[in-house]
Amino acid sequence: MSEAEVLDLGDLEIILSRHSSLDRQALIPVLLEAQKPYGYLSEALLLAIGQALRVPLAEIHGVIEFYTLLYNEPVGKHFIRVCTGPVCAQVGSHQILEKVSQQYIADSTTTVEEVPCLCLCDNAPAALVDEVPIGNIDRGAMGTPGELGREVGLGFIGGEERWLTKRCGSVNPEDIDDFIALEGFAALRRALEKMQPPDVIREMKASGLVGLGGAAFPTGLKWEFAANAESDTRYIVCNGDESEPGTFKDRVLMEGDPYSVLEGMTIAGYAVGAKKGYIYVRGEYPRAQKILQNAIETARRMGYLGENILGSEFTFDVELRSGAGAYICGEETALFESIEGKRGFPRLKPPYPTTHGLFDKPTAINNVETLCASAWIIANGAAAYRARGTDESPGLKLFCLSGDIVQAGVYEVPFGITIAELIELGGGFKGEPQAILLGGAAGTFVRPEDLDLVLSFEDLKKAGHSLGSGVIFVINQEHDLRSSLLSLAEFFSHESCGKCFPCRMGTQRQFEIIEKAVQGEANKADFLALDDIRYTMTNSSICGLGITAGTAIGSALELWPDVFAVDHG
Amino acid sequence: METIALEIDGKRVTVASGSTILAAAEKAGTDIPVLCYFEHTSSKGLCRLCVVEVEGATTMQPACVALAQNDSIIQTRSENIDRIRRTILEMLASTVDLSESPDLLEMLLDYDAVPERFQGGKQLLPDLIDDNPVFIRDYAKCVMCWRCVQVCAEDAQYAFAINFGGRGFETSIATFFGKAMPETTCVFCGQCVGVCPSGALKAKTEHLLELGALPEEIFSETRMRRKSKRRRT
Ligand SMILES: Cc1cc2nc3c(=O)[nH]c(=O)nc-3n(C[C@H](O)[C@H](O)[C@H](O)COP(=O)(O)O)c2cc1C
Ligand code: SF4
Ligand code: SF4
Ligand code: FES
Repeated sequence: MSEAEVLDLGDLEIILSRHSSLDRQALIPVLLEAQKPYGYLSEALLLAIGQALRVPLAEIHGVIEFYTLLYNEPVGKHFIRVCTGPVCAQVGSHQILEKVSQQYIADSTTTVEEVPCLCLCDNAPAALVDEVPIGNIDRGAMGTPGELGREVGLGFIGGEERWLTKRCGSVNPEDIDDFIALEGFAALRRALEKMQPPDVIREMKASGLVGLGGAAFPTGLKWEFAANAESDTRYIVCNGDESEPGTFKDRVLMEGDPYSVLEGMTIAGYAVGAKKGYIYVRGEYPRAQKILQNAIETARRMGYLGENILGSEFTFDVELRSGAGAYICGEETALFESIEGKRGFPRLKPPYPTTHGLFDKPTAINNVETLCASAWIIANGAAAYRARGTDESPGLKLFCLSGDIVQAGVYEVPFGITIAELIELGGGFKGEPQAILLGGAAGTFVRPEDLDLVLSFEDLKKAGHSLGSGVIFVINQEHDLRSSLLSLAEFFSHESCGKCFPCRMGTQRQFEIIEKAVQGEANKADFLALDDIRYTMTNSSICGLGITAGTAIGSALELWPDVFAVDHG
Repeated sequence: METIALEIDGKRVTVASGSTILAAAEKAGTDIPVLCYFEHTSSKGLCRLCVVEVEGATTMQPACVALAQNDSIIQTRSENIDRIRRTILEMLASTVDLSESPDLLEMLLDYDAVPERFQGGKQLLPDLIDDNPVFIRDYAKCVMCWRCVQVCAEDAQYAFAINFGGRGFETSIATFFGKAMPETTCVFCGQCVGVCPSGALKAKTEHLLELGALPEEIFSETRMRRKSKRRRT
């Protein structure tokens, strides 16, 4: 224990002094901050943190072990995190990882890691060098950060009509005046000055907006449930954990129009009767975090957050929370656990977040895009929102186009267009298409023959697909579909939280069987076992991760039964 | 007391409202297999062996935590239910050593489980840990029921000596930095040993007896260890 004697706790004291409540919920922020000056989370450091926050050491250890961005052994001062998600993998990310690892093998100041998906898929292959997102890495490039590639910008944004992305790329996201000049805070002003909370909820219900984070639950109804729940404290949570392979729309909104996200949260707070909101942004989005933190502080200074917003009686503030490397923390209840300073284990439902959410209080949790759409609706009215899209899927939607497409990027288009029309907007396919992953890693594959599929909740549901997080990932004939399936299987086994048995073991066994299949060594019995695993995960897992962990692979096996050679030996 | 009535495998039962499906089934005399459920710890719904079909519900329900609803019609065995239970049991038996989990061994037979179909898959078979005079930890037998963590924490002892390590498939039961039990906040109450269903946590005496040690050897072993600990502190 001599380490304890020599460890200078000065930096820790400064970190702790910045936190207003020294308890369990401060744990993950303190751990993330403390490992910066100290390099990593040593025993002595954790002893001091445990004492200050009164968290048992075994639990702190459990938390660190859960999150990939928390380190309890020495790591480099610098990090190169190479994305090996399915989109990057098909343009050589594994070779890049190999090369960079070799380059730094003897250099203890730089740690090289792979990340299952950095959600920079529009700039694949990508990496995160310390806090800088790098994209379009040339496979031939050397491994030093400067030579890997350039910092990526917001990325390409397409679409003929732009509602939610109209400011993205055209305003300075750091500048609140830019935002205000382009109708910023008009919605908040309208809500606070002309509407009562129930009016806001009514307008939201009339708009027909449903959650755009994957579960498609009606937003107005969610707000109403939270507003009506018996409690003196309520919370708004903005889900900016975006980690699903192929998804990057929320990053574009958070980095391109941060005030709009805050405006949506504030309106939600007004409607629901919440005084506090949290925005949880994945740890691998440092740039989005910086932009949002600046926006929060500026908005507070200018009276758009804090007490008596715009001179009204309404008080609301927002706290930014960083994720720490766990896809599962995008699941709403796992996200609450994470904010509360725990391992990201999803909770059993019921009870639902609108009655028992963050800190067990009624909570309305919404996706970033949902909240931006909410601000748009309150500014322009439900009728205007319904003027586009279909009856059951009104409005515009952001789609994430990646893979073998001429212009990858975020496309804002009305619900109801076909995949073919969207692909055309993206400049068409690169090469001869083979397969399209629709919805995300948790989505399903479609064939190039099925491009007439209409992109709306109702049409996709009818056809047995889901919109997921708006992913369209194209794989052409030059790429090996089997590798994509392996990459998906690996993603889920890496990201399963390990709570429920079907997913904890099922994602592992699924990965093993696909690995065998890629090597041509899987036999008929293995595929039957895989069917059983998929059925079990889908029908008995606790949360959406396990429920959908076999969906994409299952759909591929159904569409292309011969994708793997079966070993009949 | 408010009561509800429902049908389980064709048999009608009346239970207090707020009862779980598992409790209702028990009253109906129907056995539903459980693993993570335990009377003396809060229910977590982890293992999913207890799933049942509730007519009209879109998904299977974990009987240990799902509440019984008035007029529900519930099936506790079907081809689909058995398929899930069998697969979970097969995956579990191919991952850890179930030789001292008699209930699970019986279930494997009951559901015609063939764990060999996952042969070659990753297993979790860490070395036995013998680091204190009171109990041994043989996590190769751990079925991840969470009970030990629960009783060590808020469900009983508030000692917080053990928690989780790893994530996903590799989730394990662990101490702070993997320290030996005497170096943790463990108070050697033995509650974890008492609730462990799998033989993973076992009293030291029992362990030594199984190894064939003589009573006096056992006594000296545990006593010496105790002494040495006292000397150190
Ligand atoms: C494994 C998993 C990951 C998820 N990740 C996200 C995410 O990154 N962002 C998000 O908004 N929703 C995510 N969700 C969905 C959330 O649980 C929740 O439904 C959503 O945040 C609600 O917002 P909405 O109603 O506005 O869509 C995820 C769900 C699961 C099961
Ligand atoms: S389905 Fe997977 S991610 Fe969800 S609770 Fe179960 S183990 Fe965790
Ligand atoms: S050690 Fe025993 S009580 Fe603890 S989780 Fe494993 S099987 Fe359950
Ligand atoms: S006994 Fe119900 S989930 Fe384990």
